[in-house]
Amino acid sequence: MPKYELVLLKNMMQPGYTGSLADYEKAGGYQALRNTLGKIAPTEVTTTVMKSGLRGRGGAGFPTGVKWGFLPKDYQGPRYLCCNADESEPGTFKDRQLMERDPHQVLEGIVLACYAIGAESAYIYIRGEMVLGSKILERAIGEARAAGYIGKNILGTGITVDVWVHRGAGAYICGEETALLESLEGKRGLPRVKPPFPATHGLYNKPTVVNNVETLANLPHILSRGPEWFASIGSPPKSTGTRVFCVSGHVKRPGNYELPMGVTIRELVFEHAGGMRSDKPLKAFIPGGASAPFLTPDHLDVKLDFESVAAAGSMLGSGGVTVMEEGTSMVWAALRLMEFFYHESCGKCSPCREGSSWLVQTMRRIMAKRGQMQDLETLTDLCKNIAGRTVCAFGDAEVSPIMSTLKHWRHEYVTLIHEAEAANLIRPESVGTRH
Amino acid sequence: MLKDKYQQEIDDILSRYPVRRSALIPLLYLAQREHGYITEAAMTEIAGLLKLTPPQVYETATFYTMLNLKKVGTHHIQVCKSLMCALVGSDTVIGWIKTKLGIAPGETTADGLFTLTAVECLAACGTAPMMQINDDYYERLTEEKVDKILADLRTSGTSPLKSGPYMWPESTR
Repeated sequence: MPKYELVLLKNMMQPGYTGSLADYEKAGGYQALRNTLGKIAPTEVTTTVMKSGLRGRGGAGFPTGVKWGFLPKDYQGPRYLCCNADESEPGTFKDRQLMERDPHQVLEGIVLACYAIGAESAYIYIRGEMVLGSKILERAIGEARAAGYIGKNILGTGITVDVWVHRGAGAYICGEETALLESLEGKRGLPRVKPPFPATHGLYNKPTVVNNVETLANLPHILSRGPEWFASIGSPPKSTGTRVFCVSGHVKRPGNYELPMGVTIRELVFEHAGGMRSDKPLKAFIPGGASAPFLTPDHLDVKLDFESVAAAGSMLGSGGVTVMEEGTSMVWAALRLMEFFYHESCGKCSPCREGSSWLVQTMRRIMAKRGQMQDLETLTDLCKNIAGRTVCAFGDAEVSPIMSTLKHWRHEYVTLIHEAEAANLIRPESVGTRH
Repeated sequence: MLKDKYQQEIDDILSRYPVRRSALIPLLYLAQREHGYITEAAMTEIAGLLKLTPPQVYETATFYTMLNLKKVGTHHIQVCKSLMCALVGSDTVIGWIKTKLGIAPGETTADGLFTLTAVECLAACGTAPMMQINDDYYERLTEEKVDKILADLRTSGTSPLKSGPYMWPESTR
């Protein structure tokens, strides 16, 4: 018997479950939609979601019902729902499984959200690389349309919701909701200055909600089983429900594990993911995707809920937990992530665009044993001048690997620099010209 | 001209959006599927279809790494090099492919069959190391598997080792 009740992964864990409409209906699928559309007022649906305590599963953890509530009540024109399926945070691969294995669960959530916010069109912005996922979703949309769950006059209620899949084209930043909207409008994926927020000025300048795949997949369950049930799972009152945690790195069984929020990292890594892959002990881990600061073995008993992880100095983020064993160079690990952020900086804000370049060059130099002590100050100084000084949260994210590894493993940086000095590779005359 | 060959598909794409420009990336994908990469002529044609200027199309096309503005090999091998894959050996995978094909990342084999690129995270960290070749993912790579994939691609243009829908754990715990 599984230790905890599965919610989102329940269907797909049944032997032989294909994710087809017939299978989904057999498992009770689209009952929430049948019992909600035209029967419960849209505002009531929003209230239910607020009561459940559901928070965004994409990274920021904003309360979903509250986000919906920001839409103007009296606006007469079109409104849009965008399903954020750009899943691009390194260490995260849950949305892929949710879409590929149980696409109708996501679609039912999309229609319910559209009903609540009064949107007649929804776009699933899926990352471009997930060609298989986009085909599976398109097939599922076809099935749902034929069965009357999607399209005009859904199940005779007079409600219209149309859903389209829109593929991205390989830009991490498009997971940021306003960059996603820009990209969906056929432009470069540059985040917008907020305010105005998408709730009032979103897609085509119309009221828009952007919700993550996993967030939307929770909706049928919340509406079927009630907000009290949902709110009783996890770490109420602020972190309710389950999370599909993605475990990667040096563990025996990397993969997706759906657990109630609030389990400890120790339990996730050692009970569910099978523990470390070799006899080397755990050295470091990232609790919530590449944007989340690194933590140490001292933090293994931290609960995986929004507040506890934040109190430990990191963030729950996207739920991507990456584990590193003893022997992994933390400078190397931070550099790898820095290379990622350098590549993915969209170029809109100069602190991030220029800063990421300086950070990656300084890190490469230290790693190549050509660094010097003042580089550590340069790193800190650069990070401080990037974080909080950009249009979107990318700036805060890109400094976290370096800042957190400097905080916990500064000695590894120092050792590399000492080795550089000992090897006499530092020539004073070349200082400042080695970029 | 794309229009002559794909009129119906183009109309279908345009019908999804209330604002034409939204069809830009889907149409660029269409052009890429047709020629293997996006030609200047295609960009000009798409600009006409969407009532945009060619620079507006170019500006979008240059932002996205999956849109190739230069010719790539028949099989575009993209190996993930981000931290999660690197922890379990993606550098070694890149090394194998370099040796086996005699090309470094960014290069194409002389016969035009393979292009190798080292890319950032492809959201398959639980099955690392991994790579994408054209539309398909190949995961939990070993040297034996890489050999088989390359051989399959040479002989039949496709490989049964490509991934299906992702699932882990595979059965009820």
